[in-house]
Amino acid sequence: MNKTAHDGKIFAGLIAFGILGPLLFPDYTLQIALMWLMILMASTWDIMGGQAGYNSLGNIFFFGIGMYVSAIAQIGMVYDVAAYTSAFGAIVVEFTDTQYFTGLVLGIILAGIGASALSILFGVTVFGLRGPYFAIGTLGVALAAGELISGWGYVGGGGGISMPVYPGEAGASSKTFYALFFVLAISALGVIRWLLGTQFGLALNAIRDDEDKAEAMGIHTLRYKLIGWSIAAFFMGMAGAIFGNMIGFIEPLEVAFPTTTFGIFMVAMALLGGKGTLWGPVLGAILFHVVKELTWTYLLGWQWVALGLIIVVNIVYFQQGLLGWARDKWPEAFGLKVDTDAGAAAREAAE
Amino acid sequence: MNAATANGGNIIEVHGVSKSYGGVQANTDISINVPYGKITGLIGPNGSGKTTLFNSIVGYHPIDEGSIQFEGREISKLRVPQIARLGMLRTFQQTRIYSKMSCMDNMQISVSQRNRPMTDMFKARDKGAIVERAEQLLEFVGLYQKRLLISGDLSFGQQKLLEFAMALMNEPKVLLLDEPTAGINPTLINGLIDRLKRANEEFGVTLFVIEHNMRVIMNLAEQISCLAHGEMLATGTPDELQNDQRVIDAYLGAH
Repeated sequence: MNKTAHDGKIFAGLIAFGILGPLLFPDYTLQIALMWLMILMASTWDIMGGQAGYNSLGNIFFFGIGMYVSAIAQIGMVYDVAAYTSAFGAIVVEFTDTQYFTGLVLGIILAGIGASALSILFGVTVFGLRGPYFAIGTLGVALAAGELISGWGYVGGGGGISMPVYPGEAGASSKTFYALFFVLAISALGVIRWLLGTQFGLALNAIRDDEDKAEAMGIHTLRYKLIGWSIAAFFMGMAGAIFGNMIGFIEPLEVAFPTTTFGIFMVAMALLGGKGTLWGPVLGAILFHVVKELTWTYLLGWQWVALGLIIVVNIVYFQQGLLGWARDKWPEAFGLKVDTDAGAAAREAAE
Repeated sequence: MNAATANGGNIIEVHGVSKSYGGVQANTDISINVPYGKITGLIGPNGSGKTTLFNSIVGYHPIDEGSIQFEGREISKLRVPQIARLGMLRTFQQTRIYSKMSCMDNMQISVSQRNRPMTDMFKARDKGAIVERAEQLLEFVGLYQKRLLISGDLSFGQQKLLEFAMALMNEPKVLLLDEPTAGINPTLINGLIDRLKRANEEFGVTLFVIEHNMRVIMNLAEQISCLAHGEMLATGTPDELQNDQRVIDAYLGAH
């Protein structure tokens, strides 16, 4: 079917842009890296939010958890974490290149695993909630995590942690972190694309459409929800680890658990592009990020108003998002069939 | 059928089940048997507790008293998905389908979850024996032409047929149907009765049917039970029930 070819072209386009983008516009490497992060956030949010109808406001929780797991792993490899954090940056630990890069890779992997494990632990509780209660419940988890870590001296509390310093010349770090975000985002999209082509994807959609019916048909709904969420958490955790290392300094409220910025952005981006579609969140993330960067540069002072306006217009006029709207307008282009015998239902009703 | 003989020939045995909602006694001391491989009917005036009994059997809510056995196994403490995986399914009075998915997707996700290895969830969709089976069953209920449409766009009657096909896709041992003909165009009812009978004969699915339409249930069921005011009024063949004064009184409101 041409759907595979169609998706293949978009993947090829994204990969080409990912490689050429920073070569052609080296000054914008950081911005493009953040765009991949936005794409990753929106797309992984959509696994549960769009495909399964569980609108989480707390996926940023996994981002922050990943960040802290990697920090503890990377520093703990060569130094005592508690002593390091209590010195508030007075101790400068010298990492050799090998130590730094093994620490980074190990930290990123552990971040993914740690976030995934916690998603299952919390999922068992919060998946008992539905609709708005689930949204508020997950938001509560993310907010509480930020506050709890603020009070946890071992990881520096509200004072935060300085991450290991990237070895080598100044410009090299941005290329490394760019590559990591790029590869992670494309991998996440690949996994989601595969997932939606399996029985698993159908089960998520069934849960979205009528969870009680799915249960009545014997589907292990909790199992599907936990696996779906843990896949999102795995990628979010790794993204958090990369972000923490890129920024160089992490603290709980603004960097690790930014519920009011990244936490809301990922939902807004998925809604803008069209939730419940593979490419909607990607489109939404790119548009949102471009508008955000432009307003920050040229409309400083009005940037939040502009973003708020996008969200309001989106929610009031385009609830199904850009791709959802296009799909309603041109269903055939999206591989959907429309009843050619449209009068049949009406006739049957009239009989 | 070893299991059939093991349990006195009954697939479902309900003994002395009571259920109340707050102060309302919906079911009082109900006992009923559903024999293997047959079609059993359940009738009764509005509010007599038929759907409550169905909900109790499939584990929708805990019962206050009594026991419910499925193939000789006590199931009154099990929950809906567990009971469904044992092979007992129900359809709903208000039809429930996955309305934003196509008919084929509805069918594919309805495959039996009984003894299914966990790795099956990562099998590719739109492939293999599942598709073939789904198409056969859609053909069986007469929806093959509509298989690629979004199910929510179908007419109410077609959605009911789809829900029936989805239930068959699940390969249940027993199917509890809550008013299968309600809201269906009278000219299509005969076709539906025919399909219910064929499902029973060809696929060997035991049926337990709530029905208001007397003509339908008298045609369909070999044994019928009548509820009134949450209590079991009478059980017998269609002929016996039609001539039972208590049943006639219940329907005419003599109580």
